[in-house]
Amino acid sequence: MTLKADKLGKFLSDNIVTVIFLALTLVAIPFSRLSGTYILSNLIDRFARSSFLVFALILPIMAGMGINFAMVLGATAGQIGLIFAIDNNIMGVQGLVYASLLGMPISILLGWFCGQILNRARGREMVTGFILGFFMDGVYQFFGLYVMGWLIPIKTGQVAQIDGGGVRNTLGLESVRGGLDKIISLKIGPFAFPIVTFAVIALLCVFIIWFRKTKLGQDMRAIGQEQGVSHSAGINVDRTRILAIVISTLLACLGQIIYLQNMGNMFTYTSQRQAGYFAAAAILVGGATVTRATIKNVFIGVFLVHSLYITMPLAGKELFDSAMIGQYMSDFINFGIISLALVLHAWRNRRNADLARAGLRGGAALAAAGGDK
Amino acid sequence: MNRIKAFITDFGWPRIIIALFLLGLFISAPIVGVKLGPSFTDVFNRFGQNAIMVLALVPMVQAGCGLNFGLPLGILAGLLGSTLAMQLGFVGAPGFIVAILITIPFGLLFGLGYGKLLNKVKGEEMTIAMYVGFSAVMLFSILWLVLPYTKADLVMGYAGEGLRRSISLEKYWAKLLNDFLAVRIGDFVFPTGLMLFVGLCVLFIFVFMRTRTGTALTAVGSNPDYARASGVSVERMRTVSTVVSTVLGGVGILVYQQSFGFVQVYDAPLYMAFPAVSALLIGGASVTKASMVNVVIGTFLFQGMLTMTPSVINSVLKTDMSEVIRIIVSNGMIIYALTRKTKVTK
Repeated sequence: MTLKADKLGKFLSDNIVTVIFLALTLVAIPFSRLSGTYILSNLIDRFARSSFLVFALILPIMAGMGINFAMVLGATAGQIGLIFAIDNNIMGVQGLVYASLLGMPISILLGWFCGQILNRARGREMVTGFILGFFMDGVYQFFGLYVMGWLIPIKTGQVAQIDGGGVRNTLGLESVRGGLDKIISLKIGPFAFPIVTFAVIALLCVFIIWFRKTKLGQDMRAIGQEQGVSHSAGINVDRTRILAIVISTLLACLGQIIYLQNMGNMFTYTSQRQAGYFAAAAILVGGATVTRATIKNVFIGVFLVHSLYITMPLAGKELFDSAMIGQYMSDFINFGIISLALVLHAWRNRRNADLARAGLRGGAALAAAGGDK
Repeated sequence: MNRIKAFITDFGWPRIIIALFLLGLFISAPIVGVKLGPSFTDVFNRFGQNAIMVLALVPMVQAGCGLNFGLPLGILAGLLGSTLAMQLGFVGAPGFIVAILITIPFGLLFGLGYGKLLNKVKGEEMTIAMYVGFSAVMLFSILWLVLPYTKADLVMGYAGEGLRRSISLEKYWAKLLNDFLAVRIGDFVFPTGLMLFVGLCVLFIFVFMRTRTGTALTAVGSNPDYARASGVSVERMRTVSTVVSTVLGGVGILVYQQSFGFVQVYDAPLYMAFPAVSALLIGGASVTKASMVNVVIGTFLFQGMLTMTPSVINSVLKTDMSEVIRIIVSNGMIIYALTRKTKVTK
């Protein structure tokens, strides 16, 4: 009996972030007064929309670089691809392929640049990556507002701003909307399954499982454990870390294209930042930590975060008579859950380190007591 | 020649480039028809407006807690201070003083909690501080809607509840410090009161860093093990630095508001830590060392650049590129600092 309680306690403390989030969602669902069918069909749609993006975070976590907040660089590359696809009036799935082909080299270049920077900021990759995203916002705005329309002519009025200077703030993606989702859409009752998108996500899962087993994947896991030892074992640590970031950036680029073809419109200068906030929250809610992430974490996280996104604004309206409170509440929970996950992880790390140190000092009793200084 | 080289490596290329850029802006301003008098007035106003928030970062850098991206916590204390003072009906100088008096206990409270939290997460402070700041801003956005503010010029007109997005300080204490003893020379106005207040705060931190506590704090930042061996409580010093930083951040936003003329609530404080951090780094601080000189030079260079770029560049290029320049320079500077190997070996 006590053993069972212990196990439950350990399960709860290991998955506390997920459990809290699940509890919040379960509270929000009845208050939102949405039907189960509505929530479920929305979830299927949103699942297809954004899981790919979240997968971009797995490899850097594996390589011990934490949450790759700089994945917004990849998302930016995807958006640049889409801008050109729309401007050249390439429709449907061809437009998406065109956008990917254009976005991929850009994201590889940006990923390589980002990897170089992060290698110089060892131990503070996360905060550096985050700021790098902001920095890139500036470069991207420069590109979108000044280079476009001046060095690179914009062909269609749909893309250009009304006064002619650069790319519009909101870009309609009607011509490529559902380009991937609607190739084969399987209707079962009230639910529509975008089969091709699901197939792409499944393919990505297979890729990640396979990749973990390759030499490069093993190297990444090794440097995630201990960089010094990996270096002695002949692994090129710097290069491996850069590759982890390059692949992550590349996946973020494709992920953002998939995301936007589902959404059907794009906030040219802010969508990429939303992608970063969302993906980080999702993977942490799914139970990943800064050092360990699996495919399962991605799926759980995407489902939970979206359940909350769907229900919270309406629940807020119902509970507080204000949709604005619901909106702020979602944002608060989003940021708060990331803080909580990061704090818990850092705190556990420190506690373990303290315990280990107490053990080394021969203070076994001290270690048993919980290692209080 | 060697001395020049040493000076350049010491000062850092980015700073030199920014300083030269600013100098270039000042020189070219009259040529493109921008009046220097009002420009200088703006630079001084914005310097004073932002300097205290930059100053607020120093104690935490010195104590080894890194760049305080959690500055919004202090800012929220300041927002509570000013809105509560307004709600209670205080105006003019007494209003400003009451706002400060309300801000301080809230700053102490937030700083204490925040400091305790940061002690539990050593090594990951900056990322966590950033997200804790974001969460707090969002939590307070909800509070601004539900707290029972009633004064007509504070709350939203149609519903009668929930604070306005930006609240005018016109009838309260707008420009209180800026106009105090202001000296007018031609079309240049020197905001004496503002400068005195900033000077007072800088002096306060300068003296504080040289007291017993301040020295212990610096010792903790430079070498925690050595500090512990000499009987300094590392945890306590880190908490002290966080509290000072948070309270000062609150006072900083009050000064900012009176100069700006508006109290901005909801998500306005979300990204306010970043310009302060960039300014400090532009002034020559690193992630582990910062001084009063860094604060003054950095704020002057950064705010000078922000003030001069729109007027000068826009009259040359006819487009508003200042926003893009601001984003690239300020974040580029933070990245530069984060990636630089600190000379003092850890």
